Amino acid sequence: MHFHQTQLPNGLQVIAELNPKAQSTAAGFFVRTGSRDETPEVSGVSHFLEHMAFKGDERYTADDINRIFDELGARYNASTSEEVTLFYAAVLPEYLPQTFELLATLITPSLRQDDFDLEKKVILEEIGMYEDLPGFTAYDHVMQQHFSGHPLGNSILGTTESISALTAEQMRLYHADRYKAGNIILAVAGNTTWENVTQLAEEHCGDWPAGDPPRDTTEAAPKGAQFCVPRPSIQQQHVMQLGPAPPSASPLRFAADLLSVIVGDDSGSRLYWDIVDPGYAEAAELSYNDYDGSGTWATYVCSRPEDIRDNLDRVGVIYEEVNRHGVTEEELKQAQNKVSARIVLQSERPMGRLASLGGNWLYRGEYRTVEDDLNVVRSLTTADIRELLNRYPLRQLTTVGVGPLEKLDAPAENSSTPPAT
Amino acid sequence: MPEHGPGRRPVPLPGWSGSHRRPARVAPNLTDSMPEQNILAEQLPNGLTLIMEPMSEVRSAAFSLLVPAGSIYEPTGFNGTASILTDLITRGAGDRNSRELSSALDNLGIQRSESVGWNFITFSAASVAENVIPGLKIYADIIRDPLLPQEQFPAAMSSAEQSLLAIEDDPQRKVLVELRRRCYDAPWNRPVDGTLSELEAVTPANARSHYKTNFRPNGTILGVAGHIDPDRVREAVQELFGDWSTAPAPEVTRVPRKAAETHLAADSAQTHIGLAFDAVPYRHEDYYAAWAAVSILSGGSSSRLFTEVREKRGLCYSVYASLNSLLEEARILAYAGTTVERAQETLDVMLAEIRKLKDGIDDSELFRCKARAKSALIMQQESTAARASAIARDWFHLGRVQTLDEIHGKLDRLTVTDILDYVRSHPVDDITLLAVGPEPLQLPD
Repeated sequence: MHFHQTQLPNGLQVIAELNPKAQSTAAGFFVRTGSRDETPEVSGVSHFLEHMAFKGDERYTADDINRIFDELGARYNASTSEEVTLFYAAVLPEYLPQTFELLATLITPSLRQDDFDLEKKVILEEIGMYEDLPGFTAYDHVMQQHFSGHPLGNSILGTTESISALTAEQMRLYHADRYKAGNIILAVAGNTTWENVTQLAEEHCGDWPAGDPPRDTTEAAPKGAQFCVPRPSIQQQHVMQLGPAPPSASPLRFAADLLSVIVGDDSGSRLYWDIVDPGYAEAAELSYNDYDGSGTWATYVCSRPEDIRDNLDRVGVIYEEVNRHGVTEEELKQAQNKVSARIVLQSERPMGRLASLGGNWLYRGEYRTVEDDLNVVRSLTTADIRELLNRYPLRQLTTVGVGPLEKLDAPAENSSTPPAT
Repeated sequence: MPEHGPGRRPVPLPGWSGSHRRPARVAPNLTDSMPEQNILAEQLPNGLTLIMEPMSEVRSAAFSLLVPAGSIYEPTGFNGTASILTDLITRGAGDRNSRELSSALDNLGIQRSESVGWNFITFSAASVAENVIPGLKIYADIIRDPLLPQEQFPAAMSSAEQSLLAIEDDPQRKVLVELRRRCYDAPWNRPVDGTLSELEAVTPANARSHYKTNFRPNGTILGVAGHIDPDRVREAVQELFGDWSTAPAPEVTRVPRKAAETHLAADSAQTHIGLAFDAVPYRHEDYYAAWAAVSILSGGSSSRLFTEVREKRGLCYSVYASLNSLLEEARILAYAGTTVERAQETLDVMLAEIRKLKDGIDDSELFRCKARAKSALIMQQESTAARASAIARDWFHLGRVQTLDEIHGKLDRLTVTDILDYVRSHPVDDITLLAVGPEPLQLPD
């Protein structure tokens, strides 16, 4: 493995972790923009724009893009989150140059009116599809409630109303503002040479406009809320709860990952043994999500509506216990083994390395090898977990339910309070 | 819960476009050699098959253990037995109780899952290579000496019931489960997770009996791939499974499917459309022609369904077709989700595209299909879990394992004529339709 990095004169950052023995090469453009960078008038524009990227530019039509990616046998897609829009492809090494050219085309789309009008229908269908997925609906709403008044509360998809009202001109302005070279990272992993990477970057990205648009990353100060989305015709009650956790730049994030595995992994965790294993709920999980400047403990519980209150109480008891007494050496050891194996398995594919490569650079401007990650996971102690819990105890601060219940009657939050700052 | 927000499209990648006449930008199959493979297959005297694929460039290893105890072996009226057994079987084995078992696997970093299929209950596991033999030892306990604790039966039952309720809440999954019920004969049409109305009939005795009858070495397939020493794996498998006694394979009686309603009412935002029609199974000589036909319909973003339904008309976000193969029969299953008022048009366009295949296929479409397949085959070599599962599945369907080179060769030799011959000799006339949503739909003539 060899790591390389450079910056083009326009500000585009280029990083690569190269492995001549890999079977494939993965490349991705990480654009530092997402729903948190939107104003209410253009809610959903980042995600809609991600779709429009595939409609081509002056040189390539939408059909061309779809066709050529397939001719290259590329495995490619894009995703939009609260704060990153990612365009990526994995391909056999010999096809990297053409694949790269197309990927770069995605960053500078023409945004033609007729394409915009047609794709708007697809976005509205996508909103409909997610409406039929109660777990996703709960996620969307709990983010809005928890981060109310903070940009992280903005919906990724937007609403039927905001998307219907959005104009191509508004999207063009947003694109011109956010898709500047200084706001984009190109990451490459797998089998190619550094010379190839820099040459392709200069050729296809060198003329992108410079600029580094700002983002407000003030840590959120959520006050908590309860909210219900009644769905009388569905069977199960889905609940998501959020509480504050370390932001992405925090050194506590590794401990937070391990703690979420110990407490809320989908098997062998405390939530699993106390709630899922006895059959009280179909799912009870805790995950740690980190963002630019903020973070969340995210609890997800899905059970029969009549059991949901008891299940949320059970979660509260577990969190209270963990907040007070921390975790055991044995639990920590087990989580370290689990997480280490996950890191190794994920890193075997260039595509698996890409996310971690780009994410580390985007959030922290750092490169970490697989060994670096394994070492830090193995070195954590129960004292590190204690320090994390003192700063960010597990909380069920904001609660959203989706299901037959009109009112959740969620229990009062456990008494752990965040430390005075 | 979603780590990332929505992408451009769901996986599996749907996809196509009309006939582009412009020259291909990539020469087909410049370098045609697939990565080198060494696949070893052998059978223990008791009938258990061990297949190994050593891979030197990886740090991990994975196995896929297929036990012939899938839902087709459930007694009629007790659908869900295999699912409950699968839950119960990891709740303690050998001298370990449920928690000790889970901890032992976690300490080895074993990423694992158990799943019920029609033919098999599958145990999949992956970890750093040195932990895979110790992992196999624990799995030998699970397979051969499970506690199946009676007192945990209600918990397993409750989990199974809630999984079924979750499917009720997810119309995208619901339509596929119910489509299958309508397009295959019993018992291959059973939902692998069970049926709510039959679940409550299942008792601890049923689960135990399902275990006793069906957990046997003859018919069990173990695929192991990754950074392994084949001699050590072989030795371990002989030690762990060598003295496992053979048992007779139960009979499965085919019962013709009954006609059923083509609409299931649901208070959903979208209408979820499912279509099914006959195809040829994996072992059939025309399989790759059938596979290519499906790929032209739905492989990649330039495929016909993606282009005509989504890209040109904006009718949906998700539309795809896939080839589902049993041992001796197969179906093409197609799906689209769309708002109520556009559902009939979506169905009409999907069917028109499916039927249009016989009118002609462009060379460029076959070219793209081959390019995607080649790349997917090579990239499979980057995942030990994918290889472990592929070699075990090949053995079940073919009684041998195809190398990537062999599969690539078959694909490479395919011509447009082969695919057209296949499509024309398998006209799409017996179509199963199912719509889950507020309104019913009509099959066009």
